[in-house]
Formats: sequence, structure tokens, C-alpha cells
Amino acid sequence: MSETIQTTPEELVGRGNKEGANLFRQWFQDLSSPAVQESGGAYVFVMGSLNEILKSFDFPVVFPEINSLQTAVRRVAPGFLNIAEDYGYSPDICGYVKADVAMQLQGGKHPMGTIPKPKIAVLTNACNTYIKWAEIWERMYDIPIFTVDIPGTRAEGTQTWQGDPGFELDKKYVVEQLKELITLCEKVSGQKFDIDKLREVLEFSNGMARGWKTVLELNKSRPALFNALTDGTIFLGMANGFRGTKVGSDYFTRLAEEMEFKSANGIGTLTEEQFRLFFVGVPCYPIFRRFNEFFTDWGGVFVHSTYLWFASGGSNLGFEYNLEDPIDSLAEGLLISVRDAMDSMFHHQTATVELADSFHIDGVVYHPIKSCRTVSTGLADGRRHLMKHNKNLATLFLESDMMDQRVVTEAQMKNRVDAFFEGLISRRQTAKAS
Amino acid sequence: MESSNLLESWRDKPMDEIFSLCRELIEDPDYPTVNQWRKAGGKVVGHFQVYFPEEIVHAAGMLPVKICGAQVPGMEAESHFGSYLCSIIKTSLELALTKKVEMEMFVTHPICDSARNLGAIWGRNFPYKCQILYLPQNPNSKYSATYLQNEYERLKLDLESITGTPITDEALRNSISVYNEGRALMRELYAIKRDTPWLISADQAYCLTLLAGFIPREEYNEFMKAMLPRIKNGTGKELDKMRVVFEGGFCELPPADLIQTIERSCYLVDDDLMIGLRWFLEDVSTEGNPLSKLADAYIEKSTYSPVQHDLRKPKEKMLLERIKDSRAAAVIITAAKMCEPGLEEQVTYSKMLEKEDIPYFINEFEENQTSFDNLETQLETFVENILFG
Repeated sequence: MSETIQTTPEELVGRGNKEGANLFRQWFQDLSSPAVQESGGAYVFVMGSLNEILKSFDFPVVFPEINSLQTAVRRVAPGFLNIAEDYGYSPDICGYVKADVAMQLQGGKHPMGTIPKPKIAVLTNACNTYIKWAEIWERMYDIPIFTVDIPGTRAEGTQTWQGDPGFELDKKYVVEQLKELITLCEKVSGQKFDIDKLREVLEFSNGMARGWKTVLELNKSRPALFNALTDGTIFLGMANGFRGTKVGSDYFTRLAEEMEFKSANGIGTLTEEQFRLFFVGVPCYPIFRRFNEFFTDWGGVFVHSTYLWFASGGSNLGFEYNLEDPIDSLAEGLLISVRDAMDSMFHHQTATVELADSFHIDGVVYHPIKSCRTVSTGLADGRRHLMKHNKNLATLFLESDMMDQRVVTEAQMKNRVDAFFEGLISRRQTAKAS
Repeated sequence: MESSNLLESWRDKPMDEIFSLCRELIEDPDYPTVNQWRKAGGKVVGHFQVYFPEEIVHAAGMLPVKICGAQVPGMEAESHFGSYLCSIIKTSLELALTKKVEMEMFVTHPICDSARNLGAIWGRNFPYKCQILYLPQNPNSKYSATYLQNEYERLKLDLESITGTPITDEALRNSISVYNEGRALMRELYAIKRDTPWLISADQAYCLTLLAGFIPREEYNEFMKAMLPRIKNGTGKELDKMRVVFEGGFCELPPADLIQTIERSCYLVDDDLMIGLRWFLEDVSTEGNPLSKLADAYIEKSTYSPVQHDLRKPKEKMLLERIKDSRAAAVIITAAKMCEPGLEEQVTYSKMLEKEDIPYFINEFEENQTSFDNLETQLETFVENILFG
């Protein structure tokens, strides 16, 4: 903290984005070393990465979802998708899967570096495609894959919590699976499990969770301190790649400090904030910057998103592990956080209504995508529900993809965004007049 | 609840007429047998594809009804969904929105990302209980059977809250017996398909299997017990047709016309159509704790599908066994349009079949499909290439 007291406001504002981008680039470069040495990595996913256990075994951790989205942001995804489709995969399946298959077929070559092959894949059931995806590596490399099955919410509003018999039964299932995973990790890594090392990793995760929760909460500020769609994606990269590390923990402590400073001094994003928006879905990575400009050009700022919840594996809740009982607490945290990630996809309308007031939201933008049925299947219905129960919120429904440029119709999207803002302005004028 | 006895009137009719009535019934989106059950005061639990422990609902005195889409336009449901989605999700909701099928509870499963969303969507649109039954997705965990038993206990409590009556172990054991018998009859039907496919056409067998999803199982069993001997005593003659396996019908169902189209050039000797109704490979034990036995059977004595990952059941190897067991010469690997698990599995299957040098035919279908001319031409060419190539 003493270091940051000496930091000038100029250095402080924007520090999170700069540091995040640099660290993230470094993180990718660091993956090249196990790729060159052919020592392999642990493949994981953003919703329930189990970074905590894998880091305690010193596995280099690879996030194929992040690898894939980077190909879209860097505008090389079409080539990757073509290779996978030539191999036999349908245009209608997840673009992330296809970009990864293409990368594997090309020996791990990626625009950010070389990605090591998997020697183990650990996943949760938060997305069913995770399971299908991991099966591809299982067949391609004959590696062990482990699905940590996390029971989700059975019906809206029926979530159970610590002490409830239903919760304890679900937790027991997760605990047993974690023990089985540890045994598998010992076998694959050749290392004995060290519970103190796990404690250390969990402590770093706790630091990150505290910071992340604070950062998200602080964006209630007016003007918003960061854009959930653009800046938020940098933060998400850090939240996933550096989970369970000192670097990650320190980063989020410093990010919270930056946001507190901005909040105290009324410093917002670069956009002159006119409208505060909530984003539901996955970003449009093939035109990432342009998509955001459709909104910022009208003074629209995304102050929050469901993406920040589910793509951080539900760590937005700020769950902190009890270091006295690491395995039990890790299971409890996984159950609560991954369940929340699933809820933010399946029951997003509830959270949207809850947030609308505290975040002063003017409109909700839904972005269902071809690639992801997990996120997209319920969006139209959730929007209907929201419009029925909260008539004050304007909504916009834009369909495209997170990877596949062939279904991103930029001009049509812009027309719809423009009409959405004209509607928002008209609403505001009508409200003023009355 | 009294059974509907709808099929009783069919008993003495000629076989062709029975199959025709059977097809009309399974293609009727108004669910006449379910409505008849409800009119008599019966309660209904709708369950989405693929597997569901129907025995628990049966033991509660309710009718478990398979919700598996229909050939309906889907106008009502259209505004509840985006574009990139399989048809079965949309038409299943359509059936409920248009009140073609009404129920006291809806249950879906984590079989795919769309099906999991269906529970929440259903819940936002209907006042009755709608839930996800979280079948274990890590069946290789030693604890998964215990977890599943707990999940069945939870479902049982939910059902009891609807009927107001406890479900006894005795009732569960009786239901397991009834469903064991039904599954044994289906296995017998599939044995006929494999051994003497000229005695029953593939679309007829398909309709007979589907029927189990919509009528009380006792009635189904009686019907099948009357039908199977008549099929076996049929006078059909063996033709020079290629034997094929049909793979990819585990969730969204192809139209019976599509199956008929295949049948014109091939004997369809095995398939994964309605695999959830035939999930168990052997009888479930009626000894001991019935929910524990049901859970154990799900984990230990079951077949395969693209929506379950089990280290002990590599799907391509299981398909290979299906091909060998049915002495098929080729495989039709289909997937419903926009079906993520099915489309992904197509690649795995095709690579394995190439390695094994087994001919295969790739196809996509949709439940509402009405034109089969292209399929017929392509399939005929495929068959000719193999037979005369």
C-alpha cells in the first residue's frame, strides 16, 4: 500500500488496463516454455477452472477459451474455423471448439505464442460443450480428462446454502470428486499433494476474490469507472489466468485501489456517459472494438454484464476459502460460485432486475450468439420476462457470434443500436416532460 | 389411475391397420392418450429427452410423458428463442404454450446446453414446478451413484408434494418390475429388427418404441405382448438390402417418413432412437432400496449416447459394438440441425469408421422436415456404390 500512496493520479488512472495487458501478454509467452519442452499443460475452462488444485501441483494452466477468443480479437479466426470445418466440424457448433481444434492440428501455433499440448484436462459441467470439447483432446492425445460435476440450481429460487441438508449432500459429492481429482493430479504430475501449498494458493485466490468483488461493486459510481465490456474483458483475463497466484492477488488489490481513487474523484471512462447499460451474453469478438463504439458513440457505457459473472466462474461473489479446512471449503466455494455462474446464464433476468436500480441502468443489451447455446438459449425468453415485469428498462436484442464473422452483420447491427438509442432519448424526453 | 385402454380396441385389427393407427397416434401433437388420462383425473409429469427415471413418477400414480418435440409450426414458441437452436427445444415449448399437453410438473436434464436452459424457460412461463434433474455428469466418480440416489429422493419428495401421498418402496419396486418388462419387450423388438428385419419395417418398429413415451406402461406392455408374436409370425420375405445402423436420433426425433425413406433401400437393423426409454441394458433389481438400484443401473448397466461422458464407455467403441452385434455393413450418422453434441460426435464417429474401413453416410435432419427426395437419391447412390462398387 505504501507504494501506491506515492503513486500520482496520472499513474494510477488506467494502471489496471496497462498492467493487465502486459501481464496477460507475459502469461501467454510463459506458456511457450512448456510447449517447447513438450512437458504439456493442464487444460481448463473459465467456469470452475480448479486453478487452485492445479497450481498446487505446478501445472502450467491453459485456457482454450481464451486462446480461441484471442484469434477472433486478432482477426485470424476465419482461417482457424476453416481448418476445423475442413476436418469435419459443422459450421453450427461452438467456434471456440473449432479454433482450438485447428490450433491443435497446427501443433499449437497461436498468434500469441505456442500453446503446450494437454497432459490433463479438468473441467466442470457449467457448460456441456466443455465435456464434448475435452473428449476431443482425450481422443487426440489419449490424456485423462476429469469432469468435476457441480450440481446447479434445480429451479429458480430454490438454491440451498450452507447447513441446508440439500446443500450438504451436493457439497459432499463435490468434496469426493476433488479428492479423486487430487489423486489423478498426483499420478499425472508425479508430485505428492501438499495441502500447505494448496492453502497458499487459496489465500491468493481469496485476495483476488476480495479485490474483484470490490471492483465490480464500485462500478455503481456515476460516472462508471470502467466499461464492463472492454476494460472488463482485460480484468477477466487476469481473473482467470492469474487465479491462485500472488501476481493475481496483488493485481486485484491494486485495481480496487485504482477504482476507489476514480470513484472518490468522479473519474469515469473515456466516454461522456449518457446512458448506463447492462450487457447480457458474450462479447462480439470479431468486431470487438467496433461493437463497443456502436454504444459509446451515443454515450452508452456498459456498467455491468453477466459475462463478468459467468466468465469469472462466479468469483464475483467474492467467496473466500477457509484455510483451516481447505478441501471442504474449496468444494463449498466451487459449488456456490459455479452454480452462480450457471444461474447468471439460465436465470439472468432475476439478477438484471436486482441490479437495475443499484447500478442505475437505463437499458439492457442482449447478445445471443450462434456459438454458445449455454448463454444464448434463454435470452429471448428472459428478455420477454424482463419487459413484462420491468417496463422502465429499454432492451435491445442483437444476434451474432463471438468467433464467426460470417454471421456478424455490422451495418444491420449498427442500425438497430441507433434505433435503440433514439428510443432511449425519446423515453428520457417523455419522462422529463411528464 | 385407470389405464386408458386406448390400444385395447386395436387388438384384433389387421397388422397394417394397427401400425397405421400407431403412427397416427405418435404423430398427433394433441397427445390424445395423455389428454384421455387427464380427463379421467390423472396427473402428468412431462420429462424432456434423453433418460428419465419414469419408475418414480409411475410409483406416484402419475403418468410420465416423454416431451420430445413434434411436427408443429412453432409460432408461439418462436418469440421465446433466438435463431441458432435445434427444433426440438422450440416445438417442445410450443406444445406446452398451446396447451396441447398439460402437466403438473416438467423435468429437464443437463444433456446439453439448450436442454438445461429449458428448465428456466419453462419455469418463467408456467405456474407448475419446472426443474432440472441433475443426472451425474461424472459417472466415474465413486460417489456418483450415491449422489444420484439423493437426487432421486429429492424428485420423489417433489412428486409427493403434488399428489399428497407418500411413494412407498413397495410401489417403487412394482414400478421397476413394470418398466423392466417394458424394456424387455423393447429388447425383443430390437432383436427382431436385428435378426429378421424383413418381418417389421424400421418405421413400424420406430412407432412401436415411441408409443412407450405417451401411454401407461402397463397398457404398453400388454399391447407389445400381443404384437410381438404376431410380428414374429409374419410372412415377410428377406430381400437383398444392405444392413445399416442409424445413429444420431438420441434426442430430436427424425420424422417417421425419413426412417421410411431409409427403409426403402436398407434394412435398419439397430439405432439410438428413443435411447432413453431403452437406457438400461438389463433388468433393474427389485431387491433392496429401489432408488439406490435405479441410480446404480443408470451408472453401471446402461448404454451410451453423445450426451453422457463415461470413461468406461467410449462412444465410438460402443458404436462399433452396435455395428458388429447387428452385423451391419454400413452406418448412417445423422445429427439434428444445430445439435451441438450430435454434430460433434459425427466427427468422432466418422474418423473411427474410416479407421475401421466401415462405410458411412453423413446426414443432418430436422423433426419438421418434409422433403426426403434428396436423401433418397443420395442414399441409393451410397448403397449402390457399396453393393456394386
